[in-house]
Amino acid sequence: MIVEFGHYALVLAFALAVLQTIVPFVGARAGDLRQMAMAPNLAFAVFAALALSFAVLTWGYVTSDFSLLNVVENSHSQKPLLFKITGVWGNHEGSMLLWVLILALFGALVALFGSNLPPSLRAMVISVQGLITVAFTGFILFTSNPFERLSPAPFEGNDLNPILQDVGLAIHPPLLYLGYVGFSVCFSFAIAALIEGRIDAAWARWVRPWTLAAWVFLTAGIAMGSYWAYYELGWGGWWFWDPVENASFMPWLAGTALLHSALVMEKREALKVWTILLAILTFSLSLLGTFLVRSGVLTSVHAFASDPTRGVVILGILIFFIGGALFLFALRSSTLSNGGMFHPISREGGLVLNNLILTTATATVFVGTLYPLAVEALTGEKISVGAPYFDATFVPLMIPLLIAVPFGPLLAWKRGDIFAALQRLYVFAGIALIAGLATLWLADGLPLLAAFGVAVGFWLLFGSFADVWQKSGLPKAGFSKAMARLGGLPRSVWGTALAHAGLGVTVLGIVSVSAFQEEHVLRMAPGDTTELSGYSVAFDGASARQGPNYTEDVATFTVTRAGAHVATISPAKRLYTARGMPTTEAGIHTTGFSQIYVALGDPVEGTNQIVVRLWWKPQVTLIWLGPVLMMFGGLFSLSDRRLRIGAPKPSAKRREALAAAE
Amino acid sequence: MKRILAAFALLLLAATGAFAVNPDEMLDDPALEQRARDISAKLRCLVCQNQSIDDSDAELARDLRVIVRERIVDGDTNEEVMNFVVSRYGEFVLLQPRMSVRNMLLWGTPLIGLALGGIAIIFLYRMRSRAAPVDKLTPEEQERITEMLADGDDDSR
Repeated sequence: MIVEFGHYALVLAFALAVLQTIVPFVGARAGDLRQMAMAPNLAFAVFAALALSFAVLTWGYVTSDFSLLNVVENSHSQKPLLFKITGVWGNHEGSMLLWVLILALFGALVALFGSNLPPSLRAMVISVQGLITVAFTGFILFTSNPFERLSPAPFEGNDLNPILQDVGLAIHPPLLYLGYVGFSVCFSFAIAALIEGRIDAAWARWVRPWTLAAWVFLTAGIAMGSYWAYYELGWGGWWFWDPVENASFMPWLAGTALLHSALVMEKREALKVWTILLAILTFSLSLLGTFLVRSGVLTSVHAFASDPTRGVVILGILIFFIGGALFLFALRSSTLSNGGMFHPISREGGLVLNNLILTTATATVFVGTLYPLAVEALTGEKISVGAPYFDATFVPLMIPLLIAVPFGPLLAWKRGDIFAALQRLYVFAGIALIAGLATLWLADGLPLLAAFGVAVGFWLLFGSFADVWQKSGLPKAGFSKAMARLGGLPRSVWGTALAHAGLGVTVLGIVSVSAFQEEHVLRMAPGDTTELSGYSVAFDGASARQGPNYTEDVATFTVTRAGAHVATISPAKRLYTARGMPTTEAGIHTTGFSQIYVALGDPVEGTNQIVVRLWWKPQVTLIWLGPVLMMFGGLFSLSDRRLRIGAPKPSAKRREALAAAE
Repeated sequence: MKRILAAFALLLLAATGAFAVNPDEMLDDPALEQRARDISAKLRCLVCQNQSIDDSDAELARDLRVIVRERIVDGDTNEEVMNFVVSRYGEFVLLQPRMSVRNMLLWGTPLIGLALGGIAIIFLYRMRSRAAPVDKLTPEEQERITEMLADGDDDSR
């Protein structure tokens, strides 16, 4: 009965979303304030209905209601509670339901925080948001109903894919979806602006917090997914250029470009048409990502939940929204006027360069991901495009951008002075040079590329604070005055510095691991010891253990350094009984920013040895600490009172600080 | 009891999947082995989903790894090893597609993107500079400024 209630709520959400699409749209076109005023309530109602529906499905999982087909296929009564809950979105139907739930959440948030928007714009945005909800709720109802019953109900479920039985599943998909779907707000704003034919700096100011929020979530989601793959798959890799990873990376790249171009639009009213196009493209890439993952068109590591017949429907939705949006863009973009002239060497110019490179990088990832499909469709031949291609194309594209980053915030709007910027940066260039030379000095051989990479990393890490440093007035201003100035700086200045520095941190981690990691593959018997980058690793033996829904073999390794105990690492091999599926659980010990990573291989026949893979991963955690910094940067900017919705004018104290800073 | 558990442990280990590069495949010469690893990272495991043979634990990937090492020991250059593998399994096996007419767009995208984007930016920039000559004021504007400046002078007196 409860299950039917959830199903009913889903149908109700669909019907309400249809209303959410039509009524505010008609109202906005006719200038009927009462119809426009219905928009927020409809958005709340759709969200409430979807939340109810989602809660019911979760209830089905928690109580192991095996009369639900979806629960039977993806759950097991012995599964720990956390994985029962996360299992809700560990499958196609449930994850689509989470997708629309988050979509409706953003619709409701626009309704909640949008009271300062012009009524017709708000109504239009909510209407477009509603249309997307209609499409995807309809998709769930007609092709992927999670509330399908099974009669007779079996006694036990088939369990969830063991690789997904991890806290990673609790965090990664919701964050990723908050990012993916968050960009729908930017999309809706763009469509609304095109329909209304009016767009100005205020538009950019309204859109920027949403872009920032979505970007923060997407950054977190991708980084989290990367770390999850790193420890779960047991290959020690952190990015595989897998099509599904690319699917989430493309909206991130485009979203990063959007973040920067919206800045130009907000401050200078320039790049309007381009910003609108980017807003459309970013969400289009999110939709494309959903299509690629959900349709199973790319068979890849992630294609655990796919069904080709559904692909056609999502493709239809994809074509409708992307095609429709681009058509509208072509029709209306010429009516948008562009203001704000600028010299090529200026803050705007820097941001245009940022956009040029990021867009080209997006295009490269896009072509690389879809090329095998296109070639197969056109010629029938099969080719592969993998990591070596992306390393050879994406990385060289990024290098000029990374070098340019510290310059950006130092250039003035309209017309900047590159030599003045250079003058403020030469100290940081010196730091980078020293770091590069130190790498050459300390490392064996002549790792020129690594030294260059380290230099770029340090350049970014410290150069990103050049702007803040200069605004502090140090060393001339004196400590207390400088501190007061720093405290009074707009938070977005800090946000920019933190996010850019985070990029540097990630670069350092990537370079360090790619150039200096050590890997040993060897056979070990209990009692054997091996050396790994100054540590001794001893294999003590293995023992069997019984988990809630798996059996596992846990090996114990003792790590010592110069006789002193450092850590005990326990990698394991698990066998999930319901599916008979084995998984490898890597053993990881973190020391400083570096990690010792141990994965188990096969036993050697006829002996008591097993194959062991050991890695020394120097500074590997920087790869994920960088995105953490980027997120903090994003959150800092988001908390800037200039962006806060309905914020009053800056206080007198802050105005002073601002004046001092500029 | 402990023994039984240990035996069970080994049995369980045996039941689980094979592993990427195994010590028995590896070459004794570290330089040759490194070459083999580098080549393996560029070859696709044919039965896997977007994995290189270096990462894959499939039986076929293992066969390919062994073939690569045999060719290296026989004195092939990296290029020759690649050509040999492609002649047997087709270009599908290459994770980095060759530069060919068919793959022109693939390899050209970064350059085409930068070039087209750059041209578009220059074109739009020129067009707008011409459309809105900001440097020069119209005679009327000049007149108004002079007027305003004159007013200012009046105030200060």
